[in-house]
Parts: sequence; C-alpha cells; structure tokens
Amino acid sequence: MEKSINVKDWYLSNFGEFEKRLNGGKENSIHKKRKDAISSFSKLDFPSLKDEEWKYTSIAPLMKYNFIPSYEKKTVSKELVKSLLFDEMEHSLVVFINGRYSEEHSDLLNLPDGVIVGSIAEEIKKNNKTLLNHFGKYADHQNHIFTALSTAYTDDGAFVFVPEGKIVEEPIHIIFITDSGDEKILSQPRNLFVAEKKSQATIIEHYVGDENEIYFTNAVTEIVAEENAVLDHIKLQEESKKAFHIARMEVDQERNSNFSSHLISTGGDLTRNDFNARFNDEGGECTLNGLYMIDGTQLFDAHTLMDHAKPHCNSHEHYKGILDDKSRGVFNGKVIVRQDAQKTNAFQQNNNILLSNEALVNTKPQLEIFADDVKCSHGATIGQMDDDAKFYLKSRGIGEEASKGILLHAFASDVIISVKIESVRNYIEKIITEKFN
Amino acid sequence: MLEIKNLHAGIEGNEILKGIDLKVNAGEVHAIMGPNGSGKSTLAQVLAGKEEYEVTQGEVTYKGKNLLDLAPEDRAREGVFLAFQYPVEIPGVSNTNLLKTALNEIRKYRGEEELDTMEFLSLIKEKMKLVELDQKFMSRAVNEGFSGGEKKRNEIFQMAVIQPKLAILDETDSGLDIDALKIVANGVSKLRSKDNATILVTHYQRLLNYIVPDFVHVLYQGKIVKSGGKELALALEEKGYDWIKNENMKEAVTQ
Repeated sequence: MEKSINVKDWYLSNFGEFEKRLNGGKENSIHKKRKDAISSFSKLDFPSLKDEEWKYTSIAPLMKYNFIPSYEKKTVSKELVKSLLFDEMEHSLVVFINGRYSEEHSDLLNLPDGVIVGSIAEEIKKNNKTLLNHFGKYADHQNHIFTALSTAYTDDGAFVFVPEGKIVEEPIHIIFITDSGDEKILSQPRNLFVAEKKSQATIIEHYVGDENEIYFTNAVTEIVAEENAVLDHIKLQEESKKAFHIARMEVDQERNSNFSSHLISTGGDLTRNDFNARFNDEGGECTLNGLYMIDGTQLFDAHTLMDHAKPHCNSHEHYKGILDDKSRGVFNGKVIVRQDAQKTNAFQQNNNILLSNEALVNTKPQLEIFADDVKCSHGATIGQMDDDAKFYLKSRGIGEEASKGILLHAFASDVIISVKIESVRNYIEKIITEKFN
Repeated sequence: MLEIKNLHAGIEGNEILKGIDLKVNAGEVHAIMGPNGSGKSTLAQVLAGKEEYEVTQGEVTYKGKNLLDLAPEDRAREGVFLAFQYPVEIPGVSNTNLLKTALNEIRKYRGEEELDTMEFLSLIKEKMKLVELDQKFMSRAVNEGFSGGEKKRNEIFQMAVIQPKLAILDETDSGLDIDALKIVANGVSKLRSKDNATILVTHYQRLLNYIVPDFVHVLYQGKIVKSGGKELALALEEKGYDWIKNENMKEAVTQ
C-alpha cells in the first residue's frame, strides 16, 4: 500500500503481528536473533545519498510504500514454473512463492546421503545444527538496516547443505516467484548454503515476478565453502520492472575452496546487490562475474567486496553493463589485500556500454593493498557501441538491427562463458538474445 | 557496372575527393594508385557507404541504381564488397557467426533460401583452401589477435564466401610478406570472372605483378590525374609519385 506511516515505524509496528503468526517458532535461538535484529533495525537509519556506500543510489522510491510482509500461502500455475526452467537439464527444483516454500512445485532429485535441499523454515523447526551454527554469522545485522529487517522477519528461504565429500552433480535451481497482486508485498527470502569439506554443488537463485507488479524483495544469502569445496553460484534477477530488489550475499571461503558467482540482472526498478567474499585461508579461488542489462528508468547498483585476508588466493571479477534510455548503473568494486595476503592475484574489470545519451553509469573500482608481493589490476570503461565494428558488419550485408544485436550479444556473452553448465548458459544466452536481437 | 561522375566527398567539412570520374565494366580489373593522402581509401570507404563521409557533389551509379542512396548493408547485398585496409577486430563474434549471418542476410534480401549448416560448412571448407586458412580459425573471434597477414587473408576469404559482383580491395597488399601476398593475389585471381569487377586500391606496384589490371588510374589530390594500361603502373614504379606531382605542378603553372 501507499505509505501511510513512516517506513521504519511501519516495519517496527508489524513485528508484533509477525511474531504472533510464528507458529511455535519462538522457542529456539533463531528467535533471539530476530529480536536482536529488530532492535538493531530500530536503532539504524535507512541510507541516504550522504552515505558513501549509497552515494549514487537513492532509495526514496522504495520509501514511498508500506510493503506488507506476506503471510498467506499462494500458488501459481505449473506453466509459469515450467517456463522458468532450463532446457534439457536434470536438476533439483526448489520453488518459493512470495518468500514461502512451495512443496507443490518443488521437485527434488535423489540426492546423495546427508544432502539437504529445501526450506529454511523446516530446518528451523528441526533445530538443524548446521543452520543454527551458521545462520546470521556472515551477514551481520548490526550495521546493515536491510539485513536487520531480513533477520528480524526471518521466516523462510532456501537451505542447502552438502556434507563432507558429497558431490551434488545436478544443479539446484531455486526459483523465487513473487505474485503480489495489488497488495505490494514484502518478500524476504533468507538463504543459507553450506558446502562442507571436499563437497561440490551448483546453486541457482532465480528471482522472477509479474511484469507490472510493485513489490519489495529483500534477500539475504549466506554461503560457506569449507576446505576444498567447489561451489558455483548463479543468480538470475528477472524481477518485475517495477519491483524493488535489495540483496546481500556473504561468502566465506576456507582453505583451497573454489567459489564462483555469476549475476545476471535485467529486472527491478531499483536493484541493489551487495556481494562480499572473504578468503579466510590460503589457496582460495573466487570468481565474481556480473551482467546488467537495463533500460527505461531502471537503476542497478552492484557493490562488491573481495577480501583477501590470506596469502595465495586468486580472485577474478568482471562486471559488464548495457544501459539504455534513462537507466542508471552503479558499480563499486572493492578489493582489499591485507598485509598477510602475499602472493595474491586479484583482477577486477567493469565495462559499460551506454546506448542512449541519457543513460548514466557511476563506476568506482577500489584497490586497497597492504601486502607487497601481489599481482592486482583493476579498470573500468564506459563507452558506446563500436561504430567501426558496426560498419564492418554492415559492409558484409548484415542489417543495422542485426549488427547491433550481434555486437551487444558478444559484449554481454563475454562474462557468462565461464558458467560451466551449458543449459544454464543457454538460458542466459536466451535472455540476452530476447533483449537485443 | 559502376559509373562514378564528378564525385566530391569529404569528412568534417574537409573535401578529400575533388571530382572523380571512373567507369568500371563487368570483367575488368582497375587499379587505383596514388601517394599517401591522395584520397584512395576515402574513395573505397565512400563506395562502401561509411557514414562519416559526406558526398557533396556528383553521382555513383551501380548496376543502374543510385549507389549513394543505398544503406551500407544494402550495397553489400547488391554485391559490393570492401576488403578493409584495417580490418576491424570484433571480440566475442566468431568468424562463423559473422559469415553465416552475412550470407543468410544477403540470401534473404535476394529472396533465396537460407543455407543449412551442412551447405554452409562445405562452402567454408572449399573457400578456406583458397587462402590457406586453418579450419580452427572459424571459431576464433573476428580478426581478434590476428596477425596483419591473417587479417588480410580473412578479408579475401570473406570475399570468396560472399562472392561479390564488385570487389574493392583497399590496400590489401600493404604490410604483407611475399608469401602472404601471393596467397592473397592467388585468391583474388581465382575469383576473377567475366561477370565480376575488381577495384584494387594500392600504393605499390608489387601486387600488380600477380594480379594484372586492365586499367591503372593515378589518384592525386582527390582527382584521377592519369589513366592508362598496366604499363602505367610500371612507369610509376620506376619514376615514383614525384613524377606525377611534378607533372601536375607544371600543369598548374602553365594554366
């Protein structure tokens, strides 16, 4: 609904109602975290342009509404879910509707012994030890008002646990569908993925919503890659173009772990991603790739932090953006190489193409190096379509629109070639093709 | 096939072509020679339709149509091909993708069926032999990381696949070693037929040892100042461009 009371007061006053509806979930330690978080929330302020980290992203449009925490179970058509799947791929499917697990639409394959894929609400009820051990440990709520809001209202989300030595070969496709109707819903998926030693998995977070609906997704994902674990993460953000999408991903990497993240973002009126990854031990590998393709008055903001706390780790980060109309992009990529972290390789790149005179990008690559034996580079470019390349294609008989499509497709595809699973890559290729061809 | 009358063109208000007249018939090979900065490449680019150049006067008729009215892609579809002096690198677009799209767009324009994958591959295979390129090369990005020689061979290869009616080769010989030059020349010669015409834009006479032109034109200060047979190229090689320059100065003085 349109704002009737101050947004902060709104979420504070709704907390009582939320607690009341928690059916028997008030006894365990998670509830203590909820209460701590609501107290953090009450002390924190929503960010303004005066905050360095929010300098180019005004959340004023988000502050216009009192979003309603979603309580009712909803369902969607099988066809809708089917349209979101990847072709020819065996996978475990986990579906959330308005932030709530949908057993009806989820479809889990035979998973190796001990592997858990499903709803965090279920695991809270079961007092799952891994969950209690890791929940809220990486995404702190003390200094982050959106995480405080998420933690306070912790209800449901995706939980993946891969025990030591287990390999989940088929990707885990998690779809978050928001069907808000006229209600203007607040959906807060709270996800936790834990890959124990020597385990391996691929997890896809896929956000979708009806084209014209206004709602607010506030997602928090915590990821742990223990020693020698290999975890590939893909996030597809195809929210409604009128939706608000605020997300935070915290990745904790132990010795010799290998983590990759690919973010593809086309939806949302206002989108903010905070992606932070930390090497807690030696030998880690981390890839953070991103692709944002926006138009109209969309705003996309990616804040990433690559924290090299230990030596002998490699990180590669490449974000690319294509912006049309009056859209705006923000990229803030910080790489910290701490004093201990000798023999670090850290590379970061951000490239943007502006298709109109009114599109705008603010890009800020930041390198902070405290060690002396490291290889690091960063760079950012903002440009237009390469007219010479376009003329070259046209001189071979390829028309204006097709030439443009080929060049944009090539620019965009560059950051997704490292997605290992072909069907996922094809799905992303399809998103790009639909956008530009 | 092509008739250029009193063509004036320039870029950002600077006139580079100052009245070109040229007639090219099917089956002919014309060489356009001239010192650096005489307007050779401008002429090639104007014919291909590069948007930055502005035609201020004159007309160009190609197969009875006003060439200057056609978009660059339509000129290509009508059979005009420009081998670039500096082929453009296009990261992320494979040679296969470029050629397949180009061929099919051209075929569509002509109301022909699209090629299926098998037909396309066999065509590619046949033409690759012509310029001695390796099959692996097809999956590489267009011109990206290619050596100078590879880029030029790629231009000729594309030409062989597209099979234009009018080929304009803009300094395709520049910077090539003798082996690459022979490959390029051989490729061009094999494509020569009574229905096609070729315009060779070149600075040096060397290429003309391998591709014998029917006509040689000398471009100087935006005008064709001398035309003749293949002997003209030899005379130029011997006397150098200063000969032309001096002759023009004399003319200017006597006028």
